[in-house]
Amino acid sequence: MSGTAETIISVEKLKTYFDTEDGRVMAVDDVTFELKKGETLGIVGESGSGKSVTNLSILRLIPEPPGKIAAGKIIFDGDDLLQLSVEELRKVRGKRIAMVFQDPMTSLNPFLKISTQLTEVTRLHLGHTHGEAREHAIKMLKLVGIPDAEVRIDGYPHELSGGMRQRVMIAMALSCDPELLIADEPTTALDVTIQAQILELIKDLKARMGTSVILITHDLGVVAGMTDHVIVMYAGKIFERARTADLFSRPGNPYTRGLLRSVPDPEHERGEPLYQIPGLPPDLADPPPGCPFAPRCDRTEDICRTEFPPFVELHSGHHSLCHFAREVWEESLQTAGVDRRELEDIRSVDG
Amino acid sequence: MLRFILRRLLIIIPMALLVVTLTWGLIRLAPGNFYSGEKKLPAAVEAAIRKKYGLDEPWYKQYGMMMANVVRGDFGDSLKYPGQSVNEIIRRHLPYSATIGILAYFLALFVGMLAGTYAALKQNSVFDFGPMALAMLGLSIPNFVIAPVLVILFAFWLYVFPPARWGGASSLVLPVVTLAAVYAAYIARLTRAGMLEVLRSDFVRTARAKGLDDRTVLFRHAFRGGILPVVSFTGPALAALLAGTVVVEKVFALPGLGDIFIKAVLNRDEPLVLGIVAFLSILIMVFNLIVDVSYGFLDPRIRYE
Repeated sequence: MSGTAETIISVEKLKTYFDTEDGRVMAVDDVTFELKKGETLGIVGESGSGKSVTNLSILRLIPEPPGKIAAGKIIFDGDDLLQLSVEELRKVRGKRIAMVFQDPMTSLNPFLKISTQLTEVTRLHLGHTHGEAREHAIKMLKLVGIPDAEVRIDGYPHELSGGMRQRVMIAMALSCDPELLIADEPTTALDVTIQAQILELIKDLKARMGTSVILITHDLGVVAGMTDHVIVMYAGKIFERARTADLFSRPGNPYTRGLLRSVPDPEHERGEPLYQIPGLPPDLADPPPGCPFAPRCDRTEDICRTEFPPFVELHSGHHSLCHFAREVWEESLQTAGVDRRELEDIRSVDG
Repeated sequence: MLRFILRRLLIIIPMALLVVTLTWGLIRLAPGNFYSGEKKLPAAVEAAIRKKYGLDEPWYKQYGMMMANVVRGDFGDSLKYPGQSVNEIIRRHLPYSATIGILAYFLALFVGMLAGTYAALKQNSVFDFGPMALAMLGLSIPNFVIAPVLVILFAFWLYVFPPARWGGASSLVLPVVTLAAVYAAYIARLTRAGMLEVLRSDFVRTARAKGLDDRTVLFRHAFRGGILPVVSFTGPALAALLAGTVVVEKVFALPGLGDIFIKAVLNRDEPLVLGIVAFLSILIMVFNLIVDVSYGFLDPRIRYE
């Protein structure tokens, strides 16, 4: 976590919107973050918070229309990805930045053999011949723990279980040894035991290959066990940004605090209802004036309903979007939102 | 796979016999006879005709005799064209319908899939609305309007194609285009819908994320899934096209099967009707089988049991 490490990607003031029947939806609104080489960044948020759109915007995979990346910069190795020609961008896609998607059931092509889907990447980017590509693909399948890789490679995706398919996706993403891996909810569609295996696999491969990772999830347990930094997104905006340990031990935003309180505690009293944040996320086509979280927040005051909150720096590397960021942060110290021991509990339960 | 095909082929026999039985029953239920004309025949003459064709026997005997012949593939002679067997008549007229049908089929497939794919790629632009509006026209304007319009345009004004009759390649153009119009329109709409669905799918996004160019994404990753709906439509469509269509054959004065079929029905020419119906039903079943088999080649998830 040294501050001297090289920055691999920095996203600056990114804005992406979608034109829908209800009007223009700002899916990503003024999002800024950076990731250092070899580190893992977690992006958490509810469904529709803009976390996936942020990452699809990085490789310009937003369907246009109806979507549009309206403003911002995405600096990767000195180049602004948003300014590259399509041909230049294609040399980044799959080669230097690779993605693993949420649903392995639908993200692999059901009509093509696994061998075709794996070898086309290295033949394209690494100039492999047919034989080299096949050999490499088998090696990658073995690396991600597919048994009988030599046989499986000639099969189709539907012949594999969900967990195995996600392994194939990971093998495909890593086959050109990318500098950045974006994993968009890689475990959401899998059952719990498989989730743990897949996360362990990503962690292990990251350590071995030195890949930087952006991990999108709505599962705080996953974030706790895997990441160096965390971004909390809500309504297309970054609500809090911090080192993972800081975020868990001392959240500076009421929304983050609510999320942390929503994590079920193993020692929870039987019969007591589990905590949840009241209400629903706002309609992004018609966002409320002021703070988007104000209608659901437990410490809303008049100013929250009228004025957009400032992005406050609490201490180095820890920012929070809230009129009362500092107060919330102070309170968190007293009540110790989630202490380190509990953090370990979360890791052992989910990770 | 082989067992599946064999079983489906075997099923065709009883199915065709069932179709023949139902058709036979329907003809018998319909009023009129092949020998009845404007004037009422003398009772003695009518009795003689009925005796000659075995119509004086009880119905189950007649049915049994008919079936005994049909099972052997013999539909007997036409009642209206004495001395000509049904099989001969079909063999003589099928080539005209089939030539036009097959040409129209490939034209429709080519134009339809091209327009549909293009429209899907350029969704909600002029290149989408233009072809789709044309397709809507093609679907809603009936054959008997398209045909004369084409004749007026290309035969009477521009003098490029003959207006009717069989003779040389140029005489095929107008009937083929007329016949293909509806099918091309339908295939274009099916292709567009299928491609749109596939282009929005997760695995196409994955293919893009891998850095593949648009052509590879389209042809390697999207096309197969996108044309599946077209495939299931084309089997029965080809059968219908091969068998000839009455309107086109009438307008262009072509001696095809469709025209013969309608005349046979109007004439109550029972053997000829039964022969053509049996032929058509077998054709449709065979093409459906071909569609089902080709589905398996397109989509590896389909298994034959």
